[in-house]
Amino acid sequence: MTAANEALTALGLREMGERLARRAASSRELVDASLARIAATDAAVGAFLKVVPERARARAAEADARISRGERRSPLDGVPIAVKDLFLTKGVETTAASRILEGFVPPFDATVVERLEAAGAVVVGKLNMDEFAMGSSNENSAFKPCRNPHDLSRTPGGSSGGSAAAVAARQVPASLGTDTGGSIRLPASFCGVVGVKPTYGRVSRYGVIAFASSLDQVGPIARSVEDAAMLLGAIAGHDPRDMTSSTRPVDDYLASLEQGAKGLRIGVPREWFQGGVDAGVERLVRDALARYEKEGARLVEVSLPHTRYGIGAYYLIATAEASSNLARYDGVRFGLRAADARGLKETYSETRERGFGPEPKRRIMLGTYALSAGYYDAYYLRAQKVRTLIRRDFDQAFAKVDVIAGPVAPTCAFRLGERTADPLQMYLADIFTITCNLAALPGMSVPCGVHAETRLPVGLQLVGRPFDEATLLRTARALEREVGPGPEPAALTSARGGAA
Amino acid sequence: MPVQDFQVVLGLEVHAQLLTRSKIFCGCSTAFGGEPNTHTCPVCLGMPGVLPLLNRQVVEFAVRTGLALGCAIQPKSVWARKNYFYPDLPKGYQISQYEAPICLGGTVTIVVDGQEKRIRLTRIHMEEDAGKNVHDVSADGASGVDLNRAGVPLMELVSEPDLRSVEEAVEYLKELRAILVCLGVNDGNLEEGSFRCDANVSIMRKGATEYGTRCEIKNMNSFRFLKQAVDYEVRRQVEIVEAGGKVMQETRLFDTVRGETRSMRSKEEAHDYRYFPEPDLPPVIVEPSLVERARAALPELPRARAARYQQALGLSPYDAGLLVSDGAVAGFFDAALAAYGKGPEAAKKVANWLTGDLARLANEAGTGPVAWRLTPAHLAGILKLVDAGTIGGPGAKQVVEEVFRTGAAPDAVVQAKGLAQVSDESAIEAAVDRVLAASAAEVERFRGGNTKLMGFFVGQVMKETKGKANPAVVNALLKRKLEG
Repeated sequence: MTAANEALTALGLREMGERLARRAASSRELVDASLARIAATDAAVGAFLKVVPERARARAAEADARISRGERRSPLDGVPIAVKDLFLTKGVETTAASRILEGFVPPFDATVVERLEAAGAVVVGKLNMDEFAMGSSNENSAFKPCRNPHDLSRTPGGSSGGSAAAVAARQVPASLGTDTGGSIRLPASFCGVVGVKPTYGRVSRYGVIAFASSLDQVGPIARSVEDAAMLLGAIAGHDPRDMTSSTRPVDDYLASLEQGAKGLRIGVPREWFQGGVDAGVERLVRDALARYEKEGARLVEVSLPHTRYGIGAYYLIATAEASSNLARYDGVRFGLRAADARGLKETYSETRERGFGPEPKRRIMLGTYALSAGYYDAYYLRAQKVRTLIRRDFDQAFAKVDVIAGPVAPTCAFRLGERTADPLQMYLADIFTITCNLAALPGMSVPCGVHAETRLPVGLQLVGRPFDEATLLRTARALEREVGPGPEPAALTSARGGAA
Repeated sequence: MPVQDFQVVLGLEVHAQLLTRSKIFCGCSTAFGGEPNTHTCPVCLGMPGVLPLLNRQVVEFAVRTGLALGCAIQPKSVWARKNYFYPDLPKGYQISQYEAPICLGGTVTIVVDGQEKRIRLTRIHMEEDAGKNVHDVSADGASGVDLNRAGVPLMELVSEPDLRSVEEAVEYLKELRAILVCLGVNDGNLEEGSFRCDANVSIMRKGATEYGTRCEIKNMNSFRFLKQAVDYEVRRQVEIVEAGGKVMQETRLFDTVRGETRSMRSKEEAHDYRYFPEPDLPPVIVEPSLVERARAALPELPRARAARYQQALGLSPYDAGLLVSDGAVAGFFDAALAAYGKGPEAAKKVANWLTGDLARLANEAGTGPVAWRLTPAHLAGILKLVDAGTIGGPGAKQVVEEVFRTGAAPDAVVQAKGLAQVSDESAIEAAVDRVLAASAAEVERFRGGNTKLMGFFVGQVMKETKGKANPAVVNALLKRKLEG
């Protein structure tokens, strides 16, 4: 890792774009710096499941040629980027961190990948994650765990753990993740980066391997609110191949970014501050709220009374959908097949027995049960009713406020192995993020400081009205101006000699 | 003896393939045949990450059908996933409709023994077809999967248990098929499986009010098989009940080779399909404007058409029924009649040709009117030639056959084949004279009072003139010479 490379990888998305625009750096240099940083740090971090240096360098060369011809496609043209391994990438193995998809090379790109590449962004690799996006610590990856760049003994959060860790580790300036119950916001909070889960339907899900179709949403992770806004602007918008994607026009997220917090009504849900939150985390969240007030925002107490039913409803709906979505992994057409199995039933059971890890198996069983004859009304249907009530809670709150703020998670990053023995304890990490998915609302995590004891980053969660990502990002930016970006990845700086 | 003591109760589930060019959730072709897996794409292969994109024409076809059958079109209906594992089902679930189908209610009117009967429909819903497993494709006995059919749009029409005999069931299917074909939503092809049905069969003692336990019979791809399967199943159920047993609810498969039904799975083994609303597709919203457009564009249905043929054109119920059973034939009839003339007499003539010689020729050729070389204008022209006396009945038959084969103009055929009638008295008189001279004995008997011999003389003259003599002129000449 040269000093020049070090300087380049410290740049954000916009800054890289500017360097490219004034030809102060080439795409090849930026991509090489990214690849070098990955080579130097990823043995320690484990953010990447696959790096594609040749493909990336070739794309970088194309971007450089375009830029030198004055044909720059967008502010993202030539900028290195990485995507969660849940996104299909044409010609590049896509596994969802599962053995059952090992060796699967998709014949087409996810819409969001297509959009990023059309804008000129250069994909350098596929990011680690919990298997099929099921998990909150990235420990459910079938291939390897991912570690938190701020403390390698801790998890980066999940399921988009690799997406957050790679950005925090300066391996790439930004990445894409997915969020079904907090899978972008939790790792963003744990890793001290910005993560946005857009409104359901704002970003296309086409080519994104489904976990829970009514909850999954694609979003950006970056080191600044502005970079996240830029990336979101590039991927958002209607996709005719996804009938659940909205036809609403996409706002100009950058235009309103610097408007500050003055005049905003910020809702503080009573139920999010009723114990269970680590004192150091709560202090940072309350500090952030105080800063907003100082900036001229008004804090309004609101109530989200059905919050406590969120986890229960989520684990019925998400597992029900997952049990159906994962039925296609049957060994017949792609991915793993238990070749030694005899007959149809054995092929199914052996393929799925060997191919799925414990968490997908657990969720397939839960979901199958929830949908079974005789149980459907008591479980799935009731969960859907809870979902309606949760949405109503938010609607009532948003009659009084512009945005809702609170903690992302009850704690900062926990240690690897700390919660693996107790799935319920693991599920509780998503207690504050899950209702936002159930209500189909946009939410995000923005760094709000460093925990006094653990010295780990903590994120503030913001939740907005449907399709009002602009206000969400503006609110986040107002805080960022006050507290600055997330911390440097201390663990890597000190461990670099050893890791490189 | 016992079968007569029981009442058969039948309900049918018809699966009709919709005549769209592309599949229900992707752009792949719906064409029948094709090398295995050539009409496929990532969506219908159920690849990871794909999403269904609804073909709006499927909704239009369902609305059109619902209107024609008097169903209540639902302004909002919901897609559901039906979950089960099978190699020909790529996603591990079939996208169908469950709790909220697009059409509710409706009726199909059938006529059995001259009596009209209304068969109620429960519902119509839309769904995707599965693929096909192909066994023993290689030497090691491996099976293959052909997914060309996976994702082809289907409409399932479910009847109430209103049918009381196999004959009613067959009439119901024929009527329903004629309607769907007339609407242009289905090709009515049983052999290729684009119109297929399952039957729910139960029996109850005559006079009883409570239905017996039903069995669902699958795999009947012809009316004949339906009859065989239901007859077999009824006998089986009657035997069980007569022996003091109970019919078990189950799904049974019809074995076309042995002519029997056999158990496929019992109620206990029945799949739990774990239906739930399909999260990848928004509900289907049918706007009132779509309903009105579809209503305005509805064609005349077979039953209404048959009524019109009987009332306005005086056709017999039998002829009218024959004509409307195939919409294309009825269309040909309408066009030929329009080109030929008006009124019952003209209609009867056109109908006779269509239900007679043309039906035979079409049957031999295995083609429908659309593929015929003989056009409605041709048939009208031939009828006019007969009316004008240019050709006689036997000549007309030959012209029709020739035009059917070649598509040549009728008058050109008359010319080329020398089929024009001879009406010139002097030419015919010579033949009459020759016949009478050669048949002295018959002439004697005729004059002795055996007037039935007139037919013999006419036949001989026609033979002498190679069938070209105008029969009216022959008759008049013979009469004059024999009686005069």
